[in-house]
Amino acid sequence: MTDTESKAIQAKGKMEAATPGEQTRPGFVFTPTVDIFETDKEITLLADMPGVKGEDLLIDLHENVLTLDGNVRPPESPGEIDVLREYRTGKYYRQFTLSEIVDQAEIKAQLKDGVLRLTLPKVKAATPRRITVQGQ
Amino acid sequence: MFLLRRPDYWPASGWRDPFEELERMRRQMDLMSTTLFRTPAGETGAGVFPMMNVTEDKDNYYLRAELPGMKAEELVISVTGNSISISGERKLAAEDYKAQYHRREREAGTFNRIVNLPAQIESEKVEASCADGVLTVALPKSEMAKPKRIAVKLS
Repeated sequence: MTDTESKAIQAKGKMEAATPGEQTRPGFVFTPTVDIFETDKEITLLADMPGVKGEDLLIDLHENVLTLDGNVRPPESPGEIDVLREYRTGKYYRQFTLSEIVDQAEIKAQLKDGVLRLTLPKVKAATPRRITVQGQ
Repeated sequence: MFLLRRPDYWPASGWRDPFEELERMRRQMDLMSTTLFRTPAGETGAGVFPMMNVTEDKDNYYLRAELPGMKAEELVISVTGNSISISGERKLAAEDYKAQYHRREREAGTFNRIVNLPAQIESEKVEASCADGVLTVALPKSEMAKPKRIAVKLS
């Protein structure tokens, strides 16, 4: 389903996020790039959050609002001096509104190599049924 | 668009080189963007994926790049003299063919990048590791490139 033809990736800067409310801590806040797709049974969200460790990622679901909040610890050790700086590191933050059809108790999250995979199963009642039209 | 020109702005040599005027405007725009936004103009770098940060300490250069979802064995890294090249292909796993997309922002594709470092590298001792989607390459400086303290003899 994905593009399998090899094409070159374009360099893109990280998007700075507009967060609701003001930041109390200094630093950059970025919007992670995501893929969201759904099948009959579930909705899957994939988010690129390089540099985020499992214990620094907060996934919060409150009143149908899903919040992803990942902290990146600065990878540089204190003695290092910048030679070239093309990207910044900071927090990742993004919010999504979920519909009622997600079975909130069954949400699964997995973080691997800086990619978060969030599986949001749909509740049974919401899985589509084929409706057969009856003749007379 | 209106351009207001004051006579003292006018280049003394007249309208000989229109590009000179453009260049001056570009510099002013750069200056404006530096004051308006936090990141200085041109920080987006070389325009080649992946974006890289290079730092140094006394003995090493450290090169870092964000490559989420990639493993160290999928990357081809080679070092010659003072340049390092990194290439590979980022593949996104094929999902259910029936999946319908709401968002599709993540990108797949090949990349090939070469960076020149300011000094020679001990190519045998270069170490690369990938953790949480961030590649880190430690490049030890060659003995020749390290700073040496020179004792001043007292006569």
